[in-house]
Amino acid sequence: MSVMTLDDLRRILVECAGEDDSTAVAGDIADVSFEELGYDSLALMETTARIEQRFGVRLPDDEVLGLTTPGAVLDAVNKAAAGV
Amino acid sequence: MSEPVYVTGIGVVAPNGLGVKEFWSGTLEGRSGIAPLTRFDSTGYPARLAGQILDFDAAEHLPNRLLPQTDVSTRLAITAADWALRDAAVDQAAMSDYDMGVITSNASGGFQFTHGEFRKLWSQGPQFVSVYESFAWFYAVNTGQISIRHGMRGPGAVLVAEQAGGLDALGHARRTARRGTALVVSGGVDSSFDPWGWLSHLSSGRVSAVPDPDRAYLPFDTAASGYLPGEGGAILVVERADAVARRQAPQVYGEIAGYAATFDPPEGSDRPPGLRRAVELALGDARLRPEDVDVVFADAAGLPELDRAEADAIREIFGPGRVPVTAPKTLTGRLYSGGGPLDVVAALLSIRDGVIPPTWNTTDVSDDHGIDLVLGEPRNRPVSVALVLARGRWGFNAAMVLRGIAGGADSVRV
Repeated sequence: MSVMTLDDLRRILVECAGEDDSTAVAGDIADVSFEELGYDSLALMETTARIEQRFGVRLPDDEVLGLTTPGAVLDAVNKAAAGV
Repeated sequence: MSEPVYVTGIGVVAPNGLGVKEFWSGTLEGRSGIAPLTRFDSTGYPARLAGQILDFDAAEHLPNRLLPQTDVSTRLAITAADWALRDAAVDQAAMSDYDMGVITSNASGGFQFTHGEFRKLWSQGPQFVSVYESFAWFYAVNTGQISIRHGMRGPGAVLVAEQAGGLDALGHARRTARRGTALVVSGGVDSSFDPWGWLSHLSSGRVSAVPDPDRAYLPFDTAASGYLPGEGGAILVVERADAVARRQAPQVYGEIAGYAATFDPPEGSDRPPGLRRAVELALGDARLRPEDVDVVFADAAGLPELDRAEADAIREIFGPGRVPVTAPKTLTGRLYSGGGPLDVVAALLSIRDGVIPPTWNTTDVSDDHGIDLVLGEPRNRPVSVALVLARGRWGFNAAMVLRGIAGGADSVRV
């Protein structure tokens, strides 16, 4: 079971780091790279801090920097939540 | 002789007008931006009047991406820079990124943003503090954000000299242009009107507690009782003459003809304050004599002792009542790093339009000052050379000489 969905992550991303226009993060962005979406490493750090606050899942900073797509973040969060 | 350096674009964010046009018409008509603080509940504070920018909607002017990471001061600075570049019709894509620099001044950093993050720190814990606090608080943030936004990879710098720093930034922009950077975006913007920022203003003991907006900030008046802080400032496009000619800039507002900065001696010293020397050095730098100056835009501290010191310096250099002196900043309050650049804008527009805005609100100037303070209404007269003065707390002095260009941009065509 997933604790966090792509829509949750989408909301957090926009909240933490804004968006270019309403369509930029809409749709299936699971496999679109953060670079392409225009989110830098600071945006990602802010996002993972927010994920920890909302979902109680902490991802180590060095692991976060290796996550390059929303899908990878979701995977990491949900695995950590399941204790895998 | 060094290559002349010109101002070719202006962006203004002022309490009495957003944009050059609004600011200038407001300044000539006496439209004031002074009002009781509304950013937070200021009832109960000993002083409540400030020059606030109330009609600025950041989301209207900035990409959504920049909102979570910027303080209000940075949003204002980025917007002013956008307007200045548009005014100068700069095509960034047509220029080499290393040929464009950004040099700004800042006096208080991202106060409101930082206040918010500190609140999270002490109420929720460090993990709740935004990662963007790492730079949003910082004096250099405006230079950084402007350079990133416009891909300007030439020299980037920030100068901090309390309320004199804005002129220092423009002076350094001129130096940088002469050293080889064709175009420099430069000026200063500040804002610090959260409760913590406001308390910091009040702690100087120099803020007027008079509750009447038209009577609180009266520089050179016998009733002078302190100054009012304001927010905003101006960002200018500064270019070397050959670059102006090469890209056929649409207009030249004037030349930054001279600049100097000095520092006051320590308290108790028998040496005089440094303002007079700053003016003499700036005039020397411009190769001009005092009688060449058509108007002085005064620092106008609004405190009797500091007003007297400035009047003394002006009188000693120019002679009693020999040059018109003005301080339109009574309509905006003192804008910290933004004050000098906004006065430079007013000086350049005085040159352009042949009109000197008055020192609104001041009415009763002590004869002892021996200065011709422009009062009551704009004074129409040709202006070709203007001197702008700025002082910062703890001893900073800066002076800048602006000179009109006969024929404007057309005269610098290749």
